[in-house]
Amino acid sequence: MKKASILMIIGPLFLLGLYAFPLWNIMLGAPQYPEPLGMNIHIDGIRDVNEFDLQNIDGLNHYIGMRKLPKPEEMWEFSAFPIVIGGMVILGLVIGILGFFKKVGYQWFMGWFVLMSILGVLGMYDFNAWMVDYGTNLDPNAIMKLSNPDGTPMSYKPPLFGHAKMLNFDVTSLPSTGAWMMFTGMMLILAAFFLGWKTRKSKEIEKP
Amino acid sequence: MKKYKHYVFALLGVSLLLAGCGNQNGESSSNGALSSSAAEKVYVAPGEQDEYYAFLSGGYSGNLTVYGLPSGRMFKEIPVFSQFPTSGYGYSEETKPMLNTSFGFVPWDDAHHPDISQTNGELDGRWVFINGNNTPRIARISLSTFETEEIIEVPNSAGNHSSSFITENTEYVVAGTRFSVPVPQRDMPINEYKGNFKGALSFISVAPDNGRLNLEFQLLMPGFNYDLSHPGRGKSHGWFFFTTYNTEEANSLMEVNSSQNDKDFIAAINWKKIEEYVKNGGGTKIPANYAHNVYDDHNHTGTSTMKKEVLTVDPTKVPGAVFFLPTPKSPHGCDVDPTGQYIIGNGKLSADLTVHSFDKMIAAIEGEKFDGEAYGIPILKFEDVLAGTVKSGGLGPLHTEFDGKGNAYTTFFISSEVVKWKLDTWEVIDRKPTFYSVGHIMIPGGNSRKPFGKYAVAMNKITKDRYLPTGPEMEHSAQIYDISGEKMELIYDFPTHGEPHYAAGCPAELLAPKSKKIYRLTDNKHEFATISPNDARVERNGKEVHIYMSTIRSHFTPDNIEGIKVGDKVYFHITNHEQDFDVPHGFSIIGQNTSELLVMPGQTKTSIWEPKKVGVWPFYCTDFCSALHQEMQGYVRVSPANSDIELSWSLGE
Ligand SMILES: [Cu+2]
Repeated sequence: MKKASILMIIGPLFLLGLYAFPLWNIMLGAPQYPEPLGMNIHIDGIRDVNEFDLQNIDGLNHYIGMRKLPKPEEMWEFSAFPIVIGGMVILGLVIGILGFFKKVGYQWFMGWFVLMSILGVLGMYDFNAWMVDYGTNLDPNAIMKLSNPDGTPMSYKPPLFGHAKMLNFDVTSLPSTGAWMMFTGMMLILAAFFLGWKTRKSKEIEKP
Repeated sequence: MKKYKHYVFALLGVSLLLAGCGNQNGESSSNGALSSSAAEKVYVAPGEQDEYYAFLSGGYSGNLTVYGLPSGRMFKEIPVFSQFPTSGYGYSEETKPMLNTSFGFVPWDDAHHPDISQTNGELDGRWVFINGNNTPRIARISLSTFETEEIIEVPNSAGNHSSSFITENTEYVVAGTRFSVPVPQRDMPINEYKGNFKGALSFISVAPDNGRLNLEFQLLMPGFNYDLSHPGRGKSHGWFFFTTYNTEEANSLMEVNSSQNDKDFIAAINWKKIEEYVKNGGGTKIPANYAHNVYDDHNHTGTSTMKKEVLTVDPTKVPGAVFFLPTPKSPHGCDVDPTGQYIIGNGKLSADLTVHSFDKMIAAIEGEKFDGEAYGIPILKFEDVLAGTVKSGGLGPLHTEFDGKGNAYTTFFISSEVVKWKLDTWEVIDRKPTFYSVGHIMIPGGNSRKPFGKYAVAMNKITKDRYLPTGPEMEHSAQIYDISGEKMELIYDFPTHGEPHYAAGCPAELLAPKSKKIYRLTDNKHEFATISPNDARVERNGKEVHIYMSTIRSHFTPDNIEGIKVGDKVYFHITNHEQDFDVPHGFSIIGQNTSELLVMPGQTKTSIWEPKKVGVWPFYCTDFCSALHQEMQGYVRVSPANSDIELSWSLGE
């Protein structure tokens, strides 16, 4: 249980990576942008990959009537996410320390993992909903109005995950360093749970 | 620079393929330039980039052109001494001061010899310098913005030809006068030239941090013609060498009268000695009047300052600093090999090349083996300083460059050829024709300790029959030789713009990574910048109207302006808000007497318009900037001079 608790203490610390590294990355490449334009989505706002990328993405998007990319103060998510992540890190540490002193059982580790997974799925759902709105809620006075072959208005929603072709742009959307660190941390916690479960089980076998 | 590597691999791949096909790989075929291997050597596939930048002077165009090697593609013309409608250089209020001189606004010159800055004798890619011959000037061009940043006029000089060459740590850029003139200028009979005219050799220091130029001292030499020059390097660092002609000091029918002496001189100047003399308070300050123009790329504005005096040095007052090396037959080119040992003076009326030895020169000076003097300056004995003679069999040798592998390449004007010969042994290794009448030749890094001896570019004066005819005048031609092998191979020729008098070249990897792609709007310190479109406005000050305008794809802010009157002087201060590489916006308005302007991302430029007719006049963007470039336009309403219509402006109303 000691080893498992140490893992439970280390695991949440990986989430701190989200304060330094982007959660998600979206790149837009096209023949006239041999060096692709890119945005990094951090938990507290959207930033350029290369300087002025956001300004240039906004400049392109205005033709099709997309809104400007949101500033941190324009979305509640960017102030809520850092608090939620911070809360989860503290909660995880507390559970880990209590586990170390045998005040709580390994089931709590799974509890934390399930809560974090739910929050993660909710976060993805929210992110996707925002992209749907951003890519389809277009200015009716837009300079260019394009429709699909079936006549429906074209959506410019970037893919949640992977690659999509949007007009002449190749758009890739992938988790970034922060997300990979979070994933690693969560795997450590899952490992902590299994380790805790195994040691408990072996002790239970020894006892009688 | 992964692109270059691809290019190299691609070439390797091609040559391997050819080897597989049983082609004569690596050997130049008898077809010369027509062989497929020549085509492959210069072919830079779409999207790939050249290996070298070449900066070719534009001669009488007054500008500098940038080409790629080996492709021969022209990338850019950099305006230096001439107004340039493409960008508005010399037309915009910011750049007009750059062309100020003691003769007033001189929007043209004859630009001859570019030279790239050096550190420890190797190219460092900070700046390229070039001379203006006609109204003597030296310009410094930034190799990160590729814009002219500074121009200094050279007083007491005329035909600023033996320049702009730099010393091996860019301590000085030299400006030698081709024509001797009265110093100071005065009203006197021309036929009293002899003994009365002076040849000023000017040493202009370059500040190591920002490149600022300062005319430190002028050496007032006897009244010969100072034709070309090159700095010493390595062991001869601290010396500068100038060829002379007209040591006869003739003042009329020069082609005969200045060609009477069998030998003229190479003047060897120990500038370190003179610098020391000046630092110890030596020299005489005399009144002068010359312009010093500086362009600042933070406020995007040039300023011109008139300077009032210059320090002159009489060479006879600094013993051991100046000597004459007799050199046969009106030497033109004056070139120093990469080790600094050999000084090559090419008699333009001879067939042979004369090579002087720096070591022998020093020994002769120390042994005081003089053969008389000229105006108090010791003349060394020809035999004592001669390292060797290249018996070439060509006619009219002009200029020599080096490949860094112990070989020299000399151009022959009269016999139209390049001759490759070996330093130390003086034997001729190869010779190839040029088309036609070649002047200078350039090997990247030519004026340095480390030449990049892969290509040589010959710059020819006559082009007839090389390309499709374009009337009586054809652009000059340049030719690229592959000099990586024992024999030279002509691999390409291409037309150039203006007179490609001389050139400087350097590897692309030295410049490409630090080339500036935009100006940061937040760093824009222009007095009249409009940093936010919210600050766009129009202000009247008497008959002057200032329009503070911003541009972004695809509109001007404001785009409707009223309240302008006939007789007003309207200043358009235009700030480009783009922060994207290679997205300038243009501005032009009907009836404008100056050039249209091209404003780079983050930059501010000012253009004057003086409306002469009542009406509603359009302005528009001249640079095809976006899908809606055509819509990037606006109107100015011009009312009669006595109208009382208030100034107003708007966008989207
Ligand atoms: Cu435009």
